[in-house]
Amino acid sequence: MKIHIAKGRVIDPASQLDAEQDLFIADGKIVARGAAPEGFKADKLIDAAGLIVAPGLVDLSARLREPGFEYRATLESEMQAAMAGGITSLACPPDTDPVLDEPGLVEMLCFRAKKLHCAHVYPVAALTTKLEGKRITEMAELVEAGCVAFSQVNTPLVDTQVLMRAMQYAATFGFRVWLQPIDPFLARAGVAHDGEVASRMGLAGIPVEAETIALETYLSLAKLTGVKLHITRISSAAALACIERARAGGLDVTCDVAVHHLHLCDNDIGYFDPQCYVIPPLRSQRDRAALRAGLASGKINAVCSDHTPVDDDGKQMPFAEAEPGMTGLELLLPLTLKWALEEKQPLLQALARVTAASAGIMGITKGGHLGVGARADVCIFNPDAWRKVTRDSLRSQGKNTPFLGLELPGEVRYTLVEGRVMYSAAA
Amino acid sequence: MLNPQLTQDGRLRHLLTLDGLPKSILAEILDIAAPFTDVAEREVKKLPLLRGKSVFNVFFENSTRTRTTFEIAAKRLSADVINLNVSTSSTSKGETLLDTVDNLCAMGADMFVMRHASSGAPYLLAQHLRATGRDHISVVNAGDGRHAHPTQGLLDMYTIRHYKQDFTRLTVAVVGDVLHSRVARSEIAALTTLGVPEVRVIAPKTLLPTDVERMGVRVFHNMEEGLKGVDVVMMLRLQNERMQGALLPSSQEYFKFYGLTQEKLALAAKDAIVLHPGPMNRGVEIDSAVADGANAVILPQVTFGIAVRMAVMSMLAAGN
Repeated sequence: MKIHIAKGRVIDPASQLDAEQDLFIADGKIVARGAAPEGFKADKLIDAAGLIVAPGLVDLSARLREPGFEYRATLESEMQAAMAGGITSLACPPDTDPVLDEPGLVEMLCFRAKKLHCAHVYPVAALTTKLEGKRITEMAELVEAGCVAFSQVNTPLVDTQVLMRAMQYAATFGFRVWLQPIDPFLARAGVAHDGEVASRMGLAGIPVEAETIALETYLSLAKLTGVKLHITRISSAAALACIERARAGGLDVTCDVAVHHLHLCDNDIGYFDPQCYVIPPLRSQRDRAALRAGLASGKINAVCSDHTPVDDDGKQMPFAEAEPGMTGLELLLPLTLKWALEEKQPLLQALARVTAASAGIMGITKGGHLGVGARADVCIFNPDAWRKVTRDSLRSQGKNTPFLGLELPGEVRYTLVEGRVMYSAAA
Repeated sequence: MLNPQLTQDGRLRHLLTLDGLPKSILAEILDIAAPFTDVAEREVKKLPLLRGKSVFNVFFENSTRTRTTFEIAAKRLSADVINLNVSTSSTSKGETLLDTVDNLCAMGADMFVMRHASSGAPYLLAQHLRATGRDHISVVNAGDGRHAHPTQGLLDMYTIRHYKQDFTRLTVAVVGDVLHSRVARSEIAALTTLGVPEVRVIAPKTLLPTDVERMGVRVFHNMEEGLKGVDVVMMLRLQNERMQGALLPSSQEYFKFYGLTQEKLALAAKDAIVLHPGPMNRGVEIDSAVADGANAVILPQVTFGIAVRMAVMSMLAAGN
């Protein structure tokens, strides 16, 4: 199948390209930009006039709920959501049931995902077996099975000796370790940012120090072991300052933020809205402003959806008893665009945070850009169309988002995966 | 965001919290409560305001006093009262809160009086009733987690007004475990709304919520300083489980520094009144000599509690 994407505004952050250009696709790859290669005869022409042609989005965290939580979502439903959201590569965290800590499980997940021919799924394996923080996993075999990184997700590794060993072992092979900074003791029983709002509402608080104390530990051990460390889902101004200090000391460390943290803060909990219960918690307005500015300056490298589909039963509970998390695959692009609009960031910069930067963190080279020879993973969208988020508009099985009912910018028109049109919106 | 406890025209639809409730409504509740205090003296202790209505006391957390006073209040208003101690029934079999509520609605409930261990649980209930078109059923929060205990806050305000008349000339101290106390949050909200110029909280740092001063209070860690010249002392109950763990070293040490004794009370205004929401831990947060002394108004609080709850229920019944 040969595809000619005509007259679109091609934005490819990896090559700093933002220009009206044609794109030519053959055999699942991008074969030319600008002029057609000699003898190119398109089977399909996509008229992208007035639309943005960007690399398919690369999401650093999307829970697909398989294996183990199929009642909340399935690979099929969430892959459809990814396609509708323009996401063509995604990393899925290991907090499944069973935990992704064995090569066999990873192979099975990759196999199931591949059969669907939708987004490329890159499993993140557990750093320790069952995420228990005691024994390191068979990292080298897990990488052979298809893992791109190792993580403890929301289950912090308390034993610093095990953590150091795990980092050393990962560093031996040059593997990536992704850690979410949570001090389990300070965060114990907490469900909201420890501040005025939680105090008034009588919700148990999680102080910012629960993030920074763990973060300082991770950064020190990264320096000691030389591991490739990526910090996931930072939520506070103080955490970003810690990372900046470590960088000033010569540490090469990356970090990301969940897209909802760019738009929401603890005030949005309103009247105990369980949709605003997330890990890490929505913090103060000041923190939100710091995250927004940090993303603009590039101190925060990437944005992810932190997609966590939760069914209604899991959310129709008193705040502290509800399941944490928000659905996000279909909101990653709109919310990133909204941030860019509000912060007056050029699209090239904004898209870099969800394509080239996240691909770099995952260590994938074939996706996340539109260079000649790259996988033809493409997202074609109209940045000026505003669409209302409704339960029906979301293809994800998770309808859990406080953005329901709001109009957001950006309408995905086509999503291509390896040169195949996997999603096209009704015009 | 619509305020879930008010109707579009600003009347009380549910009573969920005192935080954010307008002064006029607080005053109205206290005014309506006043004549109800005499009902207990009558030969026939009944008014027909809730005749034919079913009030469901749904307690997901144990309570004797609050549940009983709600029951008495509802019965004095001629309602049918159904008591459910849910902590020992269906939820332990895995039923969700909203399933339980749906079943009770199907049994014809007109009003829910709910206590729940989770902050915000009555909001979930109120939103569910609205979403399912059952707006005519009202919810009274009888205590949710650490968040609010609005009828307790109201009966405390009633008690203060009874003895002190004018809120705008008072200094009030709230003493004890503010961090875990829904009573403290409701009291502070009501006191500040009603115009008390100085509300103090007295506690060690481990028992105060973060940014507590943002609630409009002055913080004291030294009880002697905090009690100086106060007109009203509002004691909080200290739960025994707080003594284990890292919040407090022992009940003896707590009593020594934060227990209310005659000696410490002598620093307050001469005619200061002492309130306690009960049940009291004598010798932990309050000395028996104070609890049974001339300044204590702890038993009148209980009596006023019935009148205040009657006022709330009758307002909700009239509004819906």
